[in-house]
Amino acid sequence: QVWQIRLDLHLLNHDGNITDAASIAGIVALCHFRRPDVAVQGEEVTVYTPEERDPVPLSIHHIPICVSFAFFQQGTYLLVDPSEREECVMDGVLVIAMNKHQEICTIQSSGGIMLVKDQVLRCSKITAVKVAEITELIQKALENDQKVRKEGGKFGFAESIPNQKITAFKMESAAVDTSNVEEQAEEIIAKADPPSEVFAKPILHTPGTAQIGEGIENSWGELEESEKEEAVEEEGESEEAPASDCQKMETEETSTMKETNKDEPIVLSDSEEEEVVILEPQELPRRTR
Amino acid sequence: VAGELLSDEGYRADGRRPTELRKVRARMGVFAQADGSAYIEQGNTKALAVVYGPHEMRGSRSKALPDRALVNCQYSMATFSTGERRRRPHGDRQAGELALHLRQTFEAAILTDLYPRSQIDIYVQILQADGGNYCAGVNAATLAVMDAGIPMRDYVCASSAGLADATPLADLSSPEESAGGPQLVLALLPASGQVALLQLSARLHQERLEPVLEAAMAACRATHALLDSVVREQLRQGCGALGD
Repeated sequence: QVWQIRLDLHLLNHDGNITDAASIAGIVALCHFRRPDVAVQGEEVTVYTPEERDPVPLSIHHIPICVSFAFFQQGTYLLVDPSEREECVMDGVLVIAMNKHQEICTIQSSGGIMLVKDQVLRCSKITAVKVAEITELIQKALENDQKVRKEGGKFGFAESIPNQKITAFKMESAAVDTSNVEEQAEEIIAKADPPSEVFAKPILHTPGTAQIGEGIENSWGELEESEKEEAVEEEGESEEAPASDCQKMETEETSTMKETNKDEPIVLSDSEEEEVVILEPQELPRRTR
Repeated sequence: VAGELLSDEGYRADGRRPTELRKVRARMGVFAQADGSAYIEQGNTKALAVVYGPHEMRGSRSKALPDRALVNCQYSMATFSTGERRRRPHGDRQAGELALHLRQTFEAAILTDLYPRSQIDIYVQILQADGGNYCAGVNAATLAVMDAGIPMRDYVCASSAGLADATPLADLSSPEESAGGPQLVLALLPASGQVALLQLSARLHQERLEPVLEAAMAACRATHALLDSVVREQLRQGCGALGD
């Protein structure tokens, strides 16, 4: 019998270099994890609940951290920890994973970039520096969390989100000088042309389309000729007497369209359910083609 | 680990010296149907590569690149290639990843600008896996591309390297790979010394990186010399046949 551990990584926001972030998140989660304590006596196995005995951490041999390098222009430029914009235009990426004892855990080059040996060695030196910093950060964070838990203070995900971090997308407010604004505004209003008349009445062209204001030359009318025969029954906007039944409307639709004066304001009924008519099978209008 | 890999006198498990490569046998033009083909044996590892192209885009024409050729690769391991029968020759994640690496390597090495809107297919099949499978695949693919007459910037030579204590080992065999020590896979363009692919697995101290890299590069250069002689021999035979 063995313990099975599952690590689920959720990416909340992708702003480049998810490899590094994911590697740090993964290893820190494993370091932070506590499993129930177990006592084995011969064949008997007792698993203690967290209340009975403090849970035990996993035995982590070392902490590998990934560092990514983006290459540009056939290796001329090198960027550590590329952002999302940089990743879009990079030639390729080199990932080096190292732990704080300066042991390289993995190297992967991908993207079809051509590297030179010196570049790889230089990258590994840069990685050593970065990994040392990050490992120290991790140790501090873990110690901090342990201390806070022991002292009974607040801990956990919610507490680690001050306003400026993780899921808060906040833009800093910029100061604006509003001292002379009133004078400038009055000046501009006095010089400006009066606003053009606003057309509030909608103009109906075909069922389902309406126009408010002048706009450009409307070409819906031309399409109407070819499409009218294929037009499925619409809940007709009431241009004619509300009492007309659907069959009549279908065949009369074509003629009434031409009669309608474009500028005549048409009342669009708010409720489209007033004119619902249930068709009997024999009453289905035959379409003229 | 070090004791298994290297004996006290400095011999490896199969009797080689640390920087010695396994015996390489290669042949180009093994199939008449394909545009280019090659077969390579590195020790007990046997790899076959077949190249079709450049030809018109198969499948979706929309994927054709307007200024260069598309390189399409497949890396497959035969079901009988390993000790236990393999379920899936290709289509598993590892094969997909290796195919992607193959594609990126050869896209950089082949002069794709000469064949816009066309496609070059490279199929690599590992017939027997005894360590250095991917490397044998790359070497076979290089020869096959040459056999097809597709111009390349340079040979692409690949080799693996490892470490036994402080001694770098070149061209790892299967038992050496599974011993658990660090393994480096390197694909090199020998003339310019550029590295097309670099992969390291298992832990290696930073200071040991350079010697292992150097050993891998030396192995790649030695492979290059071998492949070059195979190509020249093939050419000589071809010219001889034409001359007669």
